[in-house]
Amino acid sequence: MAKLILSMDGLVLKEIPLTKERTTIGRKPHNDIQIDNLAVSGEHAVIVTILNDSFLEDLGSTNGTVVNGNAIKKHFLQNNDVIELGKYKLKFVGEAAAAAGGEKADFEKTMVLRPSQMKAAAEQAKAMAAAGASGAQSAAVAARAAAVQQVAAGATAAGIADKDHKLPPPAPAAAGGRPAQPLGAIQLLSGANAGKELELTKPLTTLGKPGLQVAVLTRRPQGYFITHVEGANRPAVNGQQIGPAPTALKDHDVIELAGVKMEFFLKG
Amino acid sequence: MDLKQTFDIASATDPGMVRSHNEDSVAADAANGLVVLADGMGGYNAGEVASGMATTVIITEMQQMLQKAQPYEVDPKTRQQIGKRMVREQVLKANTSIYQAAQSQPQYAGMGTTLVVCLFYDNKVLVAHLGDSRLYLARDGKFKQVTRDHSLLQEQIDSGLISPAQAKNAQHKNLVTKALGIDPSVEPEIHEYPVKPGDIYLLCSDGLCDMVDDEDIGMAVQTFAANLEMAASHLVQMANDNGGRDNVSVILVRVLREYPAARGVMAKVFAWLK
Repeated sequence: MAKLILSMDGLVLKEIPLTKERTTIGRKPHNDIQIDNLAVSGEHAVIVTILNDSFLEDLGSTNGTVVNGNAIKKHFLQNNDVIELGKYKLKFVGEAAAAAGGEKADFEKTMVLRPSQMKAAAEQAKAMAAAGASGAQSAAVAARAAAVQQVAAGATAAGIADKDHKLPPPAPAAAGGRPAQPLGAIQLLSGANAGKELELTKPLTTLGKPGLQVAVLTRRPQGYFITHVEGANRPAVNGQQIGPAPTALKDHDVIELAGVKMEFFLKG
Repeated sequence: MDLKQTFDIASATDPGMVRSHNEDSVAADAANGLVVLADGMGGYNAGEVASGMATTVIITEMQQMLQKAQPYEVDPKTRQQIGKRMVREQVLKANTSIYQAAQSQPQYAGMGTTLVVCLFYDNKVLVAHLGDSRLYLARDGKFKQVTRDHSLLQEQIDSGLISPAQAKNAQHKNLVTKALGIDPSVEPEIHEYPVKPGDIYLLCSDGLCDMVDDEDIGMAVQTFAANLEMAASHLVQMANDNGGRDNVSVILVRVLREYPAARGVMAKVFAWLK
């Protein structure tokens, strides 16, 4: 469903789904979208929604209605249009874009790019580059765009749903990195190195002696876990032997492994 | 020759955090030293049909072929190595089966699958692959990618259009240039590599390598080397922790000892006695 996002000075105030056939905008309280600002007329504008299409109409307001910087009387709303009313902005998000959120995953569906398409794409890119389109960077972009267009066309022909080629790129996979979480550390309580501290900065930290008893501490978004890897005996947490599955560690848990005691704790 | 004692094999496959069903398929036959991983795509829910067909056809056909001939032998007529020919033929057979199913059944139209096949014999591994599913090798503390993806991204990297660093955030990771079952014929990329005891091979679908950095994958494989089952489930978990936007599948193969082919009568008797 299409919707409007009301904002002022870049601050989002609310989202308004366009459920009704007529959605009125104005200063007076009977409007569907009431904007209490003197720059807005009592009955300022109306959005008429018919099936998937929405039209914006100015109702003879004093200060007029501006869409994407142009004053309008009547306007067929497109995705990402920005309606300006005084200091307020209403961004229009169309049906397809609003629904796209749920389909985003499909963007990563693996599709085949046939050699013929590759060739055509490469040639197109070459032509672009030859035409002197400012440097290699733009050639790369062109090649990509051309290739994708080709694929999209091919996919349609092959009967593969190609609803994804228009969508924005997904957020980079690993670029988001691990979410912020408190750093964990262990301090040895017994053995030769008693008192020594080890910060658990890596996603995986191996503990113990290979061949005898080895456990791994894993750093995950949910926190730290201890997993038994090798050896006849499993490590114990707070005196309790752990199971075969990874065990979550809490602040100040005491781990016993290969005869050495250590304390796990979180650093603020 | 029974290779059951030679390899430690573990696998895991998971739909991930976003997809409702799993289009990946994994299969292993330790006795014959054969592992297959496929990542299906296209059609309405037909991706899993394509990947399932690929693994089943290749495993069962190869099992029959291996009973008749030894992969290390060389065909006296064509002077071609039998193993290479065997794998290529079975991949083509799987391609035909999938292609025909896709042509004859409307609900399977457009389906296909990526593929990685490893056949271990005579202290070697024969690797055939199509698409963007990968084989990695952990050896002597190093971890590297063995296969080169058949993908638009890889071609862009090769032609210098983008750097590997840019590739991480590139848009069209999902476009493969070769796949099984899409066209009436296909040419898999086949290579042979020497194997050392202690090697750990990792076959994975793009659901793993898109979500997790190679460095982290390598670290996990080496840290959990002593417990491959745990390593497999940990790899899946890492992909899911990072978002798990695609199906995740892994097969891990550790080589426990040397496995030279038993050549000659005495060697065969010896192998039989073992």
